[in-house]
Amino acid sequence: MKFRKYLSSIGSHVLLAVLGVIWVLPIFYVILTSFRAEGGSYKSYIWPKGFTIDNYINLINTSTSMIDFKRWFLNTLIIAIFSTIISAFFVVCVAYCMSRLRFRMRKPFLNFAMVLGMFPGFMSMVAVYYILKGLGFLETGLLKQVALVLVYSGGAGLGFYIAKGFLDTIPKAIDEAAYMDGATKWQTLIHITLPLSKPIITYTLLTSFMGPWVDYIFAKVIMGNDTQYYTIAIGLWSLLEQEQIEYHYTEFFAGCVMISIPIAILFLLTQKHYVEGVSGAVKG
Amino acid sequence: MEKKSAKANPAGLAAAAAVRPALADPAQVLRESDGLSKLSFLVFGLGNLINRQIIRGLLFLAVEAGYIAYMALFGLSAMGDFFTLGTQEQGQVYNEALGIFEYSDGDNSMLCMLYGVVTIVLTAIVIAVAYMSMKSAYCTQVRKAHGAPLPTFRDDLHSLLEENIHGMLMAFPSFGIIAFTVIPLIFMILIAFTSYDRDHQPPGNLFDWVGMANFTQLFTGGSRLATTFWPVLGWTLIWAVAATSTNFILGMLLALLINQKVVRGKGFWRFLFVLSIAVPQFVSLLSMRTIFNANGPVNVILRTIGVLGATESIPFFTNELTAKLTIIGINIWIGVPYTMLSTTGILQNIPAELYEAARIDGAKPPTIFRKITLPYMMFVMTPTLITSFTGNINNFNVIYLLTGGGPDSLDYYFAGKTDLLITWLYRLTITQKDYNIGSVIGIMTFIVLAITSLLTFHQTGAYKDEGAFQ
Repeated sequence: MKFRKYLSSIGSHVLLAVLGVIWVLPIFYVILTSFRAEGGSYKSYIWPKGFTIDNYINLINTSTSMIDFKRWFLNTLIIAIFSTIISAFFVVCVAYCMSRLRFRMRKPFLNFAMVLGMFPGFMSMVAVYYILKGLGFLETGLLKQVALVLVYSGGAGLGFYIAKGFLDTIPKAIDEAAYMDGATKWQTLIHITLPLSKPIITYTLLTSFMGPWVDYIFAKVIMGNDTQYYTIAIGLWSLLEQEQIEYHYTEFFAGCVMISIPIAILFLLTQKHYVEGVSGAVKG
Repeated sequence: MEKKSAKANPAGLAAAAAVRPALADPAQVLRESDGLSKLSFLVFGLGNLINRQIIRGLLFLAVEAGYIAYMALFGLSAMGDFFTLGTQEQGQVYNEALGIFEYSDGDNSMLCMLYGVVTIVLTAIVIAVAYMSMKSAYCTQVRKAHGAPLPTFRDDLHSLLEENIHGMLMAFPSFGIIAFTVIPLIFMILIAFTSYDRDHQPPGNLFDWVGMANFTQLFTGGSRLATTFWPVLGWTLIWAVAATSTNFILGMLLALLINQKVVRGKGFWRFLFVLSIAVPQFVSLLSMRTIFNANGPVNVILRTIGVLGATESIPFFTNELTAKLTIIGINIWIGVPYTMLSTTGILQNIPAELYEAARIDGAKPPTIFRKITLPYMMFVMTPTLITSFTGNINNFNVIYLLTGGGPDSLDYYFAGKTDLLITWLYRLTITQKDYNIGSVIGIMTFIVLAITSLLTFHQTGAYKDEGAFQ
């Protein structure tokens, strides 16, 4: 009996190790390629013949009209900060109303939000593009960035589900106690609910902050060929285009590593809140 | 506003009680309104103004004045253009003085349509305000009848922090949703009923309403569009089922594997898998694309160990069947850690007493899993499962960044063998500029999603009693 248990323990660990390798190898390959000394794209071997950090240095120092990593980084950072503030505000407002308040338009709004969520996201992209164009937002690169912030955060109010799920788990009795003591709903929101929802607010802030770093489609449609105003994602992708790939293949991976590190850290921070948000509705 | 003064005055209490049932029922408001209140539907704020609720009345009136000014200056002609979608085509006019041809600006069908939609949405909002004006006048009327004090503007402002707080909180998000989701969506749905394709591109050409023609084309057997649509739809459904089920089952198994008592270093193992989702998706997908490329590392390894000849390669992305299998495989790599994360949380939340009781009753681990773990998990996970199913139907990133829809097929109308409806939609609109067909595809995608998810979602416990744990 003890022997069998021992065997199954070994089996589990071996299986986990094999799976772990499968899951880590591609990431390892990205890091490996980012340090590869030989340029060019695909090679007939895996292990680089030489290692260098020039890929990183070159990418950071390049500042041409086509490739400008520092600028892309800054663009993305600014866009991310603004859209985070707006979308987190929207999400918290809507989630609070949907979870803590009962009013006549609540159920209709919930259903409406669900129906809207079923249309393919960028089906409306073309229309948004023309609306922004009609409003003159696509005249200069700077306005395009404002437009991108609006695109990322404008409809954010619809993404309230996880936050609502979290708020649903805060006992109603707490609110009622506050009302009893004569607090208005506004005071209850500011002094009771918001402090209790810190985890989910952090989660919302971090997820909306990550959006602009990883989005490809919207940025591409809005920015077109304005490479100066590119965000990181479309900028890096442009390195893989036919004319560029032979020269910038390894730099692309260097850029990926640089961008993945902060995103990964942010993600690991949100992870806990993500689990709470999804499974928080049921406390055993 | 009712509650506030109700506290101060018994008559107010009675008035509030009389008003409350009517507020939820427009028909009752209409039935019980006196002439003045009914007139407030046409002259906004009239009932409030006459009863000296000046600021509130003026605000209503300002909305109406603004709307009338908008309609007179712009809206009415915009509505006219909306029905014709423009009549004047852009053309060349001979300028005698200069002796050259000059371009004359024609109508832009696209803008005609856009302004029309905006006008319609504005009108709908103003009608809602008209109803609010009537309701407000009706409340005042009932209050007066009960001899209750009328709320001042200060009371109204205060109510925004109390019983009308949802109005204040929802205002900005709703505006954002209307401007960036609803209006564009109405616009795109309408496009499905026009001839806005690559041959009718504004501003050079006009397009026009064509009724259901685009839909008929899609459903006419034998047309190139129909022979593309059905296979693409089929693959979309197969993909969504395969991707969702593999991720769910394998993710759950992985979570159970790590959650075993005998496994040491649980945190480390979880971290190992979570690492792959921490990397931005476009990075991991683009790397996967190069890894499985014809000359990528996987083929190189297979050549080195002699499975393949020196020039051979496995067509991971260029053969229909292998491409589909590769995509599903890579999607497992991407999706399983997500499921593992969320199921881990749920596993830890399952009440320990349940397991205790089962063990005392002599249940074996497989029975415990079947009778306790699985049902519990299904209960909590069903909404997530449905969301991930719809998410997979619309999974643009995986397909677009891995294969771009390829391998391309000549039998298809600008689609490849691995194109989902959503990536096909992207090609049709962004690349091919066939906006009308793209819009039809978008509507069909919506119908597929609506049928699969609305029906199932309404059956789940999470929707039925969302307040169960409050």
